[in-house]
Amino acid sequence: MRALTRSWLLTSEPESALQARVGLLYRRLRRVRGNPICMAGLIMVGSLVLLTIILPLLPLADPVSQALEHRLQAPSFTHPFGTDTLGRDVLARTLYGARPTLVIVAFVLLAAVPVGVLIGAAAGLLGGVTDRVLMRLSDLFMAFPRLVLAIAVAAVLGQGMVTAMLAIAVTGWPPYARITRAEAATWRRAEFVQAAEALGASKARLLLRHVLPLCLPSALVRAALDAPGIVLISAGLGFLGLGVPPPTPEWGASVADGRVVMFDAWWITTFPGLFILLLGLGFNLLGDGLRDLADPRS
Amino acid sequence: MRAGLGQEPRPARVRARRWLVAMLTHVATTALMLFGLLFVTFAIGRLLPMDPVLVIVGEHATPEAYQRVFHQMRLDRSVPAQFGLYLSDMARGDFGVSISTGSPIGSDLARFFPATLELATIGMIIGIVAGLPLGVVCARYAGRAADHAGRVFALLGHSMPVFWLGLLALLVFYARLGWVEGPGRLGVTYQYTVSEVTGLVLVDTLLSGDWAAFRDAVAHIVLPGGLLGLIAVGTVARMTRGFLLFQMRQDYVTVLRLKGLSESAILWRHALPNAFGPFFAVLAWTYAYLLEGAVLTETVFSWPGLGLYIAQSLFSGDIPAVLAGTLVVGVTFMALNVMGEAAQTAFDPRQRGA
Repeated sequence: MRALTRSWLLTSEPESALQARVGLLYRRLRRVRGNPICMAGLIMVGSLVLLTIILPLLPLADPVSQALEHRLQAPSFTHPFGTDTLGRDVLARTLYGARPTLVIVAFVLLAAVPVGVLIGAAAGLLGGVTDRVLMRLSDLFMAFPRLVLAIAVAAVLGQGMVTAMLAIAVTGWPPYARITRAEAATWRRAEFVQAAEALGASKARLLLRHVLPLCLPSALVRAALDAPGIVLISAGLGFLGLGVPPPTPEWGASVADGRVVMFDAWWITTFPGLFILLLGLGFNLLGDGLRDLADPRS
Repeated sequence: MRAGLGQEPRPARVRARRWLVAMLTHVATTALMLFGLLFVTFAIGRLLPMDPVLVIVGEHATPEAYQRVFHQMRLDRSVPAQFGLYLSDMARGDFGVSISTGSPIGSDLARFFPATLELATIGMIIGIVAGLPLGVVCARYAGRAADHAGRVFALLGHSMPVFWLGLLALLVFYARLGWVEGPGRLGVTYQYTVSEVTGLVLVDTLLSGDWAAFRDAVAHIVLPGGLLGLIAVGTVARMTRGFLLFQMRQDYVTVLRLKGLSESAILWRHALPNAFGPFFAVLAWTYAYLLEGAVLTETVFSWPGLGLYIAQSLFSGDIPAVLAGTLVVGVTFMALNVMGEAAQTAFDPRQRGA
């Protein structure tokens, strides 16, 4: 086994399929590194995710322990982001507040992307009536105002993280279906797909083995661009009191917590909201950069 | 339906038939989507994990009262029958009675809707007036500093939690600087002197002829309207830029360049009109998006629109009112999308005479 050297990765004559794949991945990663917008987004999202994972190791105050004698303290050395109406440390609550948001984003994408991609690929590959029915269905779900529908679902099912995830995921899949359908419809006419079909490959095999892998990159770019919307909807649900129930820290709910005392204690509202913005912007930069890289015109 | 070069123009009869088929498909699709929307709001209402009768009559109701409400809510009918009756109710504009306000939900919605419309419209106007030129500038200097600045601005707008920015704006411009008025649509002094005619506060204060009242209304709407406008500016600019760059790659632009026209003249006089089709589609789409964004903005600014109505009904557990509000926002959203699509076709120069 030869070492993972740069020349091994970048060779134009790979000796094995594995080498070719790893090499391709490496080349793509190098292009990501060369795109400042992409890198900025990656660093913002990556550091927030990392921070969320190592949180228990950090010397932070307990995000839920109340200390009423220290309530509404302005930012200081002991409480860099100040304290809230119940004397809880705003820094700890803001950092811990990333958890529910990231979990919701991850779950919604894990639910919506595969469903959307499968539906879109099936519609594009099979064509005809299947195509028309599936696309009308996606039109239907796309014509819904996402936030308002999520509010209605969450209002009926009650407060909670699972409800919020479900409510957001239901309207999440159509964009992926549309993108994938457009791509699958072009691949369907490609020679290698027709060759596979002539060799007797089943529709399912054509779909899963030949067409789907080619549709994934654009779906992933779309996912990065979709993530900020999910962040904002979940924060909006939290703000309206439909997110994770208290006392678990969540950004939207924290912004709402500080609302009553906004004019006296700006820090309770300001910091969690700033983190919503940072995470959303990180995802947006990442997605925008990836889209540039995926666009063959640029 | 692009007519290729050297092709005979299609006879009028064929064109008319195609147009009719296209229109009918359009109408059928829209009707189907409306039906789907109604089905979803109905289904959400049926998902209620608790007993909907208990919510209304309370835990200590007599069995007779329980039975009466059970019958009134048609829970003794089959589910398809319930859905059918729900459809006919909606067609007549009968949304039921709000548990929290005690008045018919339909009249509640009619009272709250103009405020949302006004807010979203102001946001849209700001979005077009600022976003369109910004988009043209970004396209003109694509890949340069101005373009990057426009891009970051648009991305910021897409990542911005409106409710948070609204609170900060209230803190800075209302509480600290005192430049604008705070929550609500109109100061207490004018609340009873200005009579409601259109439900749009800017128009009503103008009609009352009281300039101080109009100024007060402007001072109230400037913050929430400007906030929504800020979000629209990014989207409109970004989309305008994209459409223009697509146009600038077309052959006719090369011809215009060869003729010696300046870049600005090509952009404003030739590329921009050709980009109007998709542009109008995006406007409709942005407008629909603003309508949705208004839900959270209204909550922050106590703006008495649909969003505040939905939020307040939410807090008082008034599910029928929440669902009716959802339906109205959904129908408006859908109508705007359909209008956007129609505008896109109408303004597409390739569709002329097709």
